[in-house]
Amino acid sequence: MDRPPRPFWHPLTAGLLLGLALLATFLITGHGLGASGFFTRLTTAVANWLAPSWTAANAYLGPSVQGGVNPLPAWITWEAVGVAIGALAGSLSSGRFRAMVEGGPATPVGARLVWAFAGGILVGFGGRLARGCTSGLGLSGGATLAIAGFVFLIFFFAAGFAVSYAARRAWR
Amino acid sequence: MSMPLYDGGVASGLFAGLLFGYVLEGAGFGSPRKLTAQFRLSDWSVFKVMFTAVIVAAIGLWLAEVSGLIRARAVYVPTLYFWAVAAGGALIGAGFALGGYCPGTSVVGLGSGRGDAFVFIVGMIVGTAIFAAFFTPLEAFYMAGQGPEGQTVSALLGVPDWVVLVALVAMAAGGWRLGSGFERRLGGPVTVEEVLEERQ
Repeated sequence: MDRPPRPFWHPLTAGLLLGLALLATFLITGHGLGASGFFTRLTTAVANWLAPSWTAANAYLGPSVQGGVNPLPAWITWEAVGVAIGALAGSLSSGRFRAMVEGGPATPVGARLVWAFAGGILVGFGGRLARGCTSGLGLSGGATLAIAGFVFLIFFFAAGFAVSYAARRAWR
Repeated sequence: MSMPLYDGGVASGLFAGLLFGYVLEGAGFGSPRKLTAQFRLSDWSVFKVMFTAVIVAAIGLWLAEVSGLIRARAVYVPTLYFWAVAAGGALIGAGFALGGYCPGTSVVGLGSGRGDAFVFIVGMIVGTAIFAAFFTPLEAFYMAGQGPEGQTVSALLGVPDWVVLVALVAMAAGGWRLGSGFERRLGGPVTVEEVLEERQ
């Protein structure tokens, strides 16, 4: 590393640009940005590969593979691919890219990965229950002034604060 | 040309995603330590960036509507299913606090080289499959507390949209001041140097 990494942007700059990107998305597509919808499609594809008959018979995943349809090709998939490319371009060009496991400085790598896996399970399940996540409901729903968006945000932040306090050891 | 274009194509998705990913990375949201510092109150970037973006996009949509660029109700507004949205929101908050990401930021983490983001994504696939496996017994809860389709806060309260926008700006400004106070007392926002420092 010859050049030091560039600092993160000021939150006002990032917020203004994120708001303009979200507005552009609404004007181009008629809906906002999302993320968990892609992981539903990815899960459907993985399940269909590992257990095709279970997937076809499943009440939630079955309809999206009916007639041998591939669940992956969709706007939300191209968007998720774009997010990965955009993040890669941003982190590489700023010197912020780093192949690493990031966690609390005093937390062993193994423990961090167990927390990451457990948190991922809760988020995957919660996203399907809520019919969206921080992007689709919180950010995009909030921008349309949807009640669903603000109910989501209230419970998201309340649980986040409570669990973060209870599990503060995890990030030491 | 009438707006929205309702373009659901590959280029439209890649374009929206590129902007989304680039900006989230710039904000520092590929870093689980920075993201979760919001819940430890020492870094309010998540609140600040998110509320600013919501307000900018909401004002933009409102201007597009009152100027006639888009017709009323031209964009998708999610519908409330109170119990499912509340419980799902709480689970995402809890999983975020433990695992360090939400679905969108996990992709940003992956694009920033974070191996823990990959493990988090595998967990999300497992969590989604568990939901699907238990969908039938969950269905009554999933549908409970359904509100009117695509209802907005302004429709619920019976006030014009601009009143809600003004209230949101006031709340964001108050939260911003409060957050900056906490940041000063608790050592300041997480910097890129802290994030990239070598483990002990």
